Amino acid sequence: MSELYVARHPAAAWRRLEDEVIVMAAQESWLFTLNEVAAEIWEAADGRTPLASIVRDRICEKFEVDFEQAYRDAEELLRALAERGIVLLSETPLEAGTP
Amino acid sequence: MTGSDAPSRLLIEIAGLGVALNCEDEEFARLVAGAYSSFLALPGTPAACEFAVHIAPPRGTDPDEDVRVSLADGKWQIRRGDFEAEFDPRARQGWVRHTANPYSVDTVLRIVHTLLAADAGGFLVHAAGAILNGRGLILAGASGAGKTTMCRLAPPDAVLLSDEICYVTRHGEEYLVHGTPFAGELGIPGVKVSAPAAALYLLARGNQHRLVPLKPAEAARQLLRCILFFAEDAELAGKVFNSACEFVRRTPVYRLEFQPEPGVWELLK
Repeated sequence: MSELYVARHPAAAWRRLEDEVIVMAAQESWLFTLNEVAAEIWEAADGRTPLASIVRDRICEKFEVDFEQAYRDAEELLRALAERGIVLLSETPLEAGTP
Repeated sequence: MTGSDAPSRLLIEIAGLGVALNCEDEEFARLVAGAYSSFLALPGTPAACEFAVHIAPPRGTDPDEDVRVSLADGKWQIRRGDFEAEFDPRARQGWVRHTANPYSVDTVLRIVHTLLAADAGGFLVHAAGAILNGRGLILAGASGAGKTTMCRLAPPDAVLLSDEICYVTRHGEEYLVHGTPFAGELGIPGVKVSAPAAALYLLARGNQHRLVPLKPAEAARQLLRCILFFAEDAELAGKVFNSACEFVRRTPVYRLEFQPEPGVWELLK
């Protein structure tokens, strides 16, 4: 399995509100609410940390879930968010602020 | 005529911000002054911005064109089929060119205030508003949600701020809700008073009267759908987004399910 890196799109406005994160895709003003698990991934999405590490270090232990399942769910979510233009996915590390 | 230094100069004060309209046509100025009589500023009130108002058909616009607000060379360009306007936010000056229709001025005022509010952490929201026992209540919802109905059902001791659009301003850690002259179905302008914003209620028809507390993220989503926003500008959109998030962090937000009968106001006391 190749590494996958994820970064928040620099044009997306976002805020953590208690245990959730709300994200606005600025161009279309779409709004997304990320639940507690997705919010953890979002905050860790710096473009430099592999997704596998994010899932292992921030999801599996905290939420007591199996790595394989958690990784599949995270990848599915991130690919959906990438289609909406609010995250960037790459098999190589991403520079912060890369559009 | 109050609120003016000259017969053709009107100073319309909404949420403490005076917008001066320097009308070249005195008859039109009188028409506008009548429409905004309860929002004319007292003499000596400073103007937050100045507009020259020209009565002439807008140039090169399609009469059916919907409103467009965009930023070019640091100036807001505002257009609709019946008017065109420009506003320089740094100089706090602009102009409006429109037919002799007070509704054009009404739209320009709404848009200019959305721009001014966004820069100051506030917003205009599709909401009825009321002051009850000194508490500012915001009853938000899209057209048909029940804003006018809630105003009709309000108890006699409630001061109705508006049945259509309320103005929220930020003052440090506190928010104030203000009445506006922007009327809804009642056709009655609001009143020029304000109160600390105590709660935001998102209106929903239901089978019973019920208050459902909303988590902040859901509250922000719902509030953002009700905020007036016209500009095609990502930076300003980001400011409004942050304002909505800050507001819901500091203010209780509920979904108010209700039937159209006066008992619903008991939940708001």
